[in-house]
Amino acid sequence: MQIYLPIAEVSVNAFLLLGLGGIVGILSGMFGVGGGFLMTPLLFFIGIPPAVAVATEANQIVASSFSGVLAHLRRKTVDLRMGTVLLVGGLIGAAIGVVIFNYLKSLGQVDLLVKLCYVVFLGVIGGMMFVESLRAIRRTRRGAPPARKKHGWVHGLPFKMRFRTSGLYISVIPPVLVGVSVGILAAIMGVGGGFIMVPAMIYLLGMPTKVVVGTSLFQIIFVTAFTTLLHATTNYTVDVALAVLLLVGGVIGAQIGAMIGTRMKAEQLRILLAIMVLAVCSKLALDLLLTPSELYSIASGAGGH
Amino acid sequence: MLRLAILLSLLALPLKAEEVVLGLSRDKVAITATFEGSEILIFGAVKREAPIPDIPLDVVITVAGPSLPVTVRRKDRRFGIWVNTDTVRLDAAPTFYAVATTGPLDMVLSATEDLRHRVSIPRAIRSVGAASMAEDAERFTEALIRIRREQDAYQLRENTVSFDEQTLFRTAISLPANLTEGTYPARIFLTREGRVVSRLETVIDVHKVGLERWLFTLSREKPLLYGLMSLAIAIAAGWGASAAFQVLRRG
Repeated sequence: MQIYLPIAEVSVNAFLLLGLGGIVGILSGMFGVGGGFLMTPLLFFIGIPPAVAVATEANQIVASSFSGVLAHLRRKTVDLRMGTVLLVGGLIGAAIGVVIFNYLKSLGQVDLLVKLCYVVFLGVIGGMMFVESLRAIRRTRRGAPPARKKHGWVHGLPFKMRFRTSGLYISVIPPVLVGVSVGILAAIMGVGGGFIMVPAMIYLLGMPTKVVVGTSLFQIIFVTAFTTLLHATTNYTVDVALAVLLLVGGVIGAQIGAMIGTRMKAEQLRILLAIMVLAVCSKLALDLLLTPSELYSIASGAGGH
Repeated sequence: MLRLAILLSLLALPLKAEEVVLGLSRDKVAITATFEGSEILIFGAVKREAPIPDIPLDVVITVAGPSLPVTVRRKDRRFGIWVNTDTVRLDAAPTFYAVATTGPLDMVLSATEDLRHRVSIPRAIRSVGAASMAEDAERFTEALIRIRREQDAYQLRENTVSFDEQTLFRTAISLPANLTEGTYPARIFLTREGRVVSRLETVIDVHKVGLERWLFTLSREKPLLYGLMSLAIAIAAGWGASAAFQVLRRG
């Protein structure tokens, strides 16, 4: 069934969009990522104009992460306090990131920088997670006890706060810093930042993997809701018809994803996320390295970015 | 008496040997939510006062979408990776363009007439000043045409106008589903030996209706309300799915 999208001004297959939304929703509920880094290229591929794809998908992520958070809230795997701290940091970071982005844009070649950023970050994060979770799986197979949490310099910092759900008693400074840096990256790279936030929470803050997913989704809701409003009021590029088609699949997928996630072991979850991150990374790297079949690309409008 | 009057008035008119009389199967295209493209039948006749001349006529029909500025970028290899290096901005390129003819375009229309009336696809794109943006600016125009032809947005349909008895002509232009809103000018040229002997222009009105119209207007006129509505839908859907799954698990 073909549906004509009023803002994108293209006609697309409704079932294809429902399916896409569903798959990305499952990943979102399982890993606590927004899924924007997967959805954007898929929407480009089926012919949605890039500006509309980026804006609309932010709206769809609001729906799937809200659905996911509710599922995680019922299992008490959302650290609301930690989420709020990260969110405050994230908003500050996003504001700084927008300034940096505009500065880079004035220098030109921002697209390239964004892509290189993606490849480097995804490669490093994915690689580290993959190695770590592989080791963890081997260790549990051998039956050795899990490594004790290290008490490093992080624990000597002031402004300590108790995060009951995560079972942590740490200074608020590291979470705020993590929030700020992810916010900056998210604004520059144009994504919600879930796939950077999740590993940062696991490895830098030492949060349990189960809690990380719900907490990440919690803060993604606010970031993407803000992005949606920004795009709707400045660029008029949110296509609500497209969003509805994607989010119907997305919210159902997120529920299924959350259900799968709770049945899996933490290190299995981490290794799957690592594989996914590495796959996206290599796809982007190949795009940069291989000779494209069409050297020219078209952007509507005189401006573009 | 009446016949005489008509005859006299016809004689009084400046004598134009051949003229186009035109019909369209529809002059309005409504884009609804389930719009899947549309086919428009363009038909007409040649009106003459004199017997059919020996040299045959040809018909060229064009339908164009609204013209918009377009940016074309080209990738090049730098330090081993492919990056966008050159950019050319074209002043105006139609979002849709179709040319239908009775024969090969370069046979039925001379280069001079093509230049004057902007009939062929490359001529329909306005690229003043493009040459100053890159050394080989015409390659960018070619790329635009190549990409849009693959999407069926640009169509060159030679030999698709049927022309009976040098008088009645007709052709069908298929408008794709990915249509931009606006007025689509349709032009009909009668040519003989490459020269235009008569032309006629009309418009096809393409516009969104119903829900499509309402959403589009809302997004432009009350963007904040539109944005909040989108968020409300998202939150409601997220909550709805969660509630539904809870019921499912209990049941």
